[in-house]
Amino acid sequence: MASCIKLKLDLCILFISIALFTSPVFSDLIISRVDRRIDLTSHIVRITSTIKVENDGSDPVSDFMVTIPDHQAEQLAFLLAYHTEGKGKTKSRGASLPIKSVNPEGMPQPVTSYSVSLPKKLGKGESLTLEVLAAFAHILRPVPEQVSQGDLQLVVFQDSAYLISPYAVKIQTLSVKLPDARIESYTKLENSKAQGSEIKYGPYENRSPFSYTPVVVHFEYNKPFAVAQKLVREIEISHWGNVQITEHYNLVHGGASLKGEFSRLDYQMGPHAKGASAFNRLVAKLPARAHSVYYRDEIGNISTSNLHSDSKKTVLEIEPRYPLFGGWKTFFTFGYGLPLKDYVYEAEGKRFVNISFGSPIDDLVVRELIVKVVLPEGSSDISVSVPFPVEQWQEQNKLSHLDIGGRPVMVLQKVNAVPEHNQLIQVYYKFSSLSLLREPLMLISGFFFLFVACIAYSHADFSISKSSASYLAKLQWEEVLTTIQQIENIINRCLTIHERLEASLRELSRTGNVQGCKTARKVADGLLKDLSKELKLLLVSLQTSPQAAQIFPKVEELVAKERELQEKLITKHSIVVDCYEKKLSGREIENRVAPHQQKITALRQEVDDLLEYIDGI
Amino acid sequence: MANKVEAMAGTKPQDPKSSDPSLFDDISSFNFSLKSLKLKTKQQEFLIRVTILCLVYVLAFSTRLFSVLRYESMIHEFDPYFNYRTTLYLTEKGFYEFWNWFDSESWYPLGRIIGGTLYPGLMVTAALIYWGLRFLRFAVHIREVCVLTAPFFASNTTIVAYFFGKEVWDTGAGLVAAAFIAICPGYISRSVAGSYDNEGVAIFALLFTFYLFVKAVNTGSLSWALASAFGYFYMVSAWGGYVFIINLIPLYVLVLLVTGRYSMRLYIAYSCMYVVGMLLAMQIRFVGFQHVQSGEHMAAMGVFFLLQVFYFLNWVKHLLSGTKLFETFLRITVTSAISVGILALGVGSASGYISPWTGRFYSLLDPTYAKDHIPIIASVSEHQPTAWSSFMFDFHILLFLFPAGLYFCFKRLSDGTIFIVMYGLTSMYFAGVMVRLILVATPAVCLISAIAVSATIKNLTSLLRSKSKVHSGSVKGSTSGKASSKASVDQTLPFQRNAAIALLLGAFYLLSRYVIHCTWVTSEAYSSPSIVLAARGAHGNRIIFDDYREAYYWLRQNTPPDAKVMSWWDYGYQITAMGNRTVIVDNNTWNNTHIATVGRAMSSYEDEAYEIMQSLDVDYVLVVFGGVTGYSSDDINKFLWMVRIGGGVFPIIKEPDYLVNGEYRVDKGAAPKMLNCLMYKLCYYRFGELRTEYGKPPGYDRARGVEIGNKDVKLEYLEEAFTTSNWIVRIYKVKPPIIGGEFSNSLSFLPLD
Repeated sequence: MASCIKLKLDLCILFISIALFTSPVFSDLIISRVDRRIDLTSHIVRITSTIKVENDGSDPVSDFMVTIPDHQAEQLAFLLAYHTEGKGKTKSRGASLPIKSVNPEGMPQPVTSYSVSLPKKLGKGESLTLEVLAAFAHILRPVPEQVSQGDLQLVVFQDSAYLISPYAVKIQTLSVKLPDARIESYTKLENSKAQGSEIKYGPYENRSPFSYTPVVVHFEYNKPFAVAQKLVREIEISHWGNVQITEHYNLVHGGASLKGEFSRLDYQMGPHAKGASAFNRLVAKLPARAHSVYYRDEIGNISTSNLHSDSKKTVLEIEPRYPLFGGWKTFFTFGYGLPLKDYVYEAEGKRFVNISFGSPIDDLVVRELIVKVVLPEGSSDISVSVPFPVEQWQEQNKLSHLDIGGRPVMVLQKVNAVPEHNQLIQVYYKFSSLSLLREPLMLISGFFFLFVACIAYSHADFSISKSSASYLAKLQWEEVLTTIQQIENIINRCLTIHERLEASLRELSRTGNVQGCKTARKVADGLLKDLSKELKLLLVSLQTSPQAAQIFPKVEELVAKERELQEKLITKHSIVVDCYEKKLSGREIENRVAPHQQKITALRQEVDDLLEYIDGI
Repeated sequence: MANKVEAMAGTKPQDPKSSDPSLFDDISSFNFSLKSLKLKTKQQEFLIRVTILCLVYVLAFSTRLFSVLRYESMIHEFDPYFNYRTTLYLTEKGFYEFWNWFDSESWYPLGRIIGGTLYPGLMVTAALIYWGLRFLRFAVHIREVCVLTAPFFASNTTIVAYFFGKEVWDTGAGLVAAAFIAICPGYISRSVAGSYDNEGVAIFALLFTFYLFVKAVNTGSLSWALASAFGYFYMVSAWGGYVFIINLIPLYVLVLLVTGRYSMRLYIAYSCMYVVGMLLAMQIRFVGFQHVQSGEHMAAMGVFFLLQVFYFLNWVKHLLSGTKLFETFLRITVTSAISVGILALGVGSASGYISPWTGRFYSLLDPTYAKDHIPIIASVSEHQPTAWSSFMFDFHILLFLFPAGLYFCFKRLSDGTIFIVMYGLTSMYFAGVMVRLILVATPAVCLISAIAVSATIKNLTSLLRSKSKVHSGSVKGSTSGKASSKASVDQTLPFQRNAAIALLLGAFYLLSRYVIHCTWVTSEAYSSPSIVLAARGAHGNRIIFDDYREAYYWLRQNTPPDAKVMSWWDYGYQITAMGNRTVIVDNNTWNNTHIATVGRAMSSYEDEAYEIMQSLDVDYVLVVFGGVTGYSSDDINKFLWMVRIGGGVFPIIKEPDYLVNGEYRVDKGAAPKMLNCLMYKLCYYRFGELRTEYGKPPGYDRARGVEIGNKDVKLEYLEEAFTTSNWIVRIYKVKPPIIGGEFSNSLSFLPLD
């Protein structure tokens, strides 16, 4: 425990150096009672002091100084003061008081001062109870600094038994809460005692300003010593209904580093005995409606994770790929989506996101926390509201799916973030709902132009030589095809006329309207004549084309068959009409028509076959 | 059709295959419904054809996504990790940096000139796709692009297969070929999502080049020949297998010459393709002047000159009137040409201008060559001769259809079918020599089988259709004259219609079995990334062993950035890509001596190995050990190859020292050298204290099913740094030398290469 002794020496020197200063009187305040509770159950050390302040002087006082020794102030992550009233169950908590860092004249060098504005000016003889909460990030020091796999991890915490304050303190107590009863050593003073996992100092009475007595606690600490060197949280807002959160962790085990070999066998046999200081499980408490949760790193998905969810919260248990021993590092990413309407609101023509700042992982210290809020493309007038001081700037736009100019990114940076920083922040911006339509429109127009290009391509002529034989042949062939197409159309029209004739016959049999039937035939006759004229012209043009030599006989045959069909049909029609005029019986009509009907069916079949054949060219 | 659409696009590809041959049926049955759309038969046929092709395209892509669904979107196996790493470098640093990249993270202390020793086609393709998507503002990750490159190209291959089938046979065969190749396991094995390897794009390039060349031969068009030269260039840039093209095409030209099928079309196609293709291929640094200097490429050049002589002779024959005169001229020209050729070859080889065939090439021609001469090639499992079962596994019914297709091809010989027959036969031979070359044979087998299926089904359906026409009374068939004449001939046969129906049903049954087999194989056998191992637990639950990534990630995060890791070469690419650490040897086995040094270190006693490791600046040693999980492809099972390869260069290492009566064992009866060599110690360090299986003594090796022989392993110069949760990967740290001690001056007599 040589290092431990050295540490104590250091502190003694500090103490002496403080004592050398003649402490100036800052105001007439005195502290009538202070109870300090130091919570060492987590590696984030939280010191809660309940301070009863009294004004002993005559002038009203509005500020109260909180001083923290420099070696602690460097690691100070969070400081909060509020005013309380009443005691016990009736204790009520006031709003948190504004705190600012000050550097007044005459303060002894090794302390940092913060000034707390009191809720009201404290008049003569009046008193007030304040509660000051300070959280420190990296204040526990592993001693020894290296342990082997089987060793326990011991850490040291140092503080003063008395409140270091520019004011005189009448009565004070200090209690230190440890994770368990195994204490390696602690500074024994008068009135100090250890009770289970708690060490109590005091009460001490009437100490002058800046009184200092070092207290060192050396104890076993085997809880996860999870420190994120850097955490980048990216909050991307999509007005299509999703807030996507992606968190990149650079995690390190901040405790005593591993010395010698890591034996998997020992770790497997007894992870608590041989690997007590290691941790391989972290718990992230996500919002209840988180969905699409993933957990991965640079080389792929990490399969060791569990997700439990109920109506209140979603709990993500993540295990790094390997247990983290002291000094071991890992990097991972997890992400999840949140429903937009729970986090983005509209107020006074502006929209704002209302979302938690810090990491959802329990008991995690973040050395550098960067929160990037990616707003939708086209957002403007961006402003941020954060309840504690952070650095902020706007980054270069992020290019994501279908962006042209990119999405504006607000960056917030906080050094030494602790779970106390998990407070809601607001990012205000202006965004027009019409901008939402831009991306679908882009997609639609993209496809539109693609198809237009395809159509243009299929209609354009890319042949280099316009006079080559093959090119001319192609042109001719196309001509032939169009002619054949026209012929086919005409034939089809003829066929519909045929059908109309047949229909008129059916009409006749139903109503006996002979006259109507005759006119129908006349009309059809006229139409068919016109069509056959057209056909003749087309046939002539087809005959002259050399490309059509092969196909021509078939076309000719088709036309001939169709002509024949026409004639037969007309004959049949006239016979039937005649019969009706003569009022012959149905059977008689059938007998007379039968031979024609047979031929018509056969011809119709042939015409159809020919049409199909020509179609197939 | 709607049902089929769903079946093909969905996760349950029922039998898309059978829908394609039935195309001709479909047309007739859809006539009625489509007639209302006023479409001509031709347009209907076109529409259906395009629809089927689109569905096959989607199917080919989606069936390869099993690996993503089963595991995740990740890079598989070994080589793809190198490809991924280089692609990453290319996209980050740009093409010139990539081209001039000297990689000091591998082959320490030699390093590797990446630009000059790889085929950049795959990386450039992926990077272009990536940049293209980025340009279109799709914010994709390069990993996703790499993972999906192989399925994307597999889909493109189906289109090429369609056109190829259309070129050599007809559209029906093309469609069937496209459908066959879309799900053929032989191809899927190398092109599932994540299998980001050269073969993924190379098979596309191979088939495309062949298609373009056949097209060029069929049309005699200069533009097609040029296109095939560019296809060849892409193939050269993508895969070393281009040697197959540059030997098969000359062989084909030679066969055409011999069979008297020489034509101007062939002359144009080959001359243009060879000259332009050669010039383009020489632009790839890895190939460079090899294309005109090495033995493998000489056949192409020889055939090129032969073709010129042939053309010249034809010209002279045209000029000279007398036959006698020409015969004399012929004799003189042929003798002089042959003698000049032989002389050039002899002088070239003797002066070293023409390099002899490489070992890999020899091992293709003679399957036993590698085993005797190049253990490093023989040690790779995918270089082993193929077992019958794997043919059956990879081809299924295609194996039976292949000969049938050959029959059809011979029945209708044309320039195209000759090519496809030659491609099929040669690639089948190579597939028999090496397991991995089944891949090259797959397109040919698919095409030829498709011809068989298409021709059979076409005949059967036309039989059915003409028969029905006869029944309806119309004698004049609308189908081709050939079919109707066939029908009228066959009319004498009894039960012909029923037999045809039965045969068709049988064919559809076979095809549907093929689809089921392919889907099963893809999902069960070929979709494993091999980096993540999956097993079934006692209750049927899925257990995942993610030990490799655990170890590589540990290396990446918890070792100094300049640490050198020694492992067997199999894991080199993965360590550099995932662990981001320098390795001594990796899967690019270009330096046999270096690998042998590592093999020697692994097979020496710890103190000797320590000297070697010190000389190589090794900080960590990584071994793969399957004794706890029963994972059999671990380093102990590969160890004999390390001994052989090490012994091949350093005769101190003798294989018999590690064997007992020619038997390789790790239990009590093992050879003493075996029980004390570095590899044994590193694998079994503290394993003797572990009880792996209930009812077995501690130190029971589950991969080999024995109790190990040396349970008290003590390490003197190394210490355990990390072991993964299932002990599959064990990493040891090399202790720093004791300065002034007995080992500090031991570097002087080390055999460094």
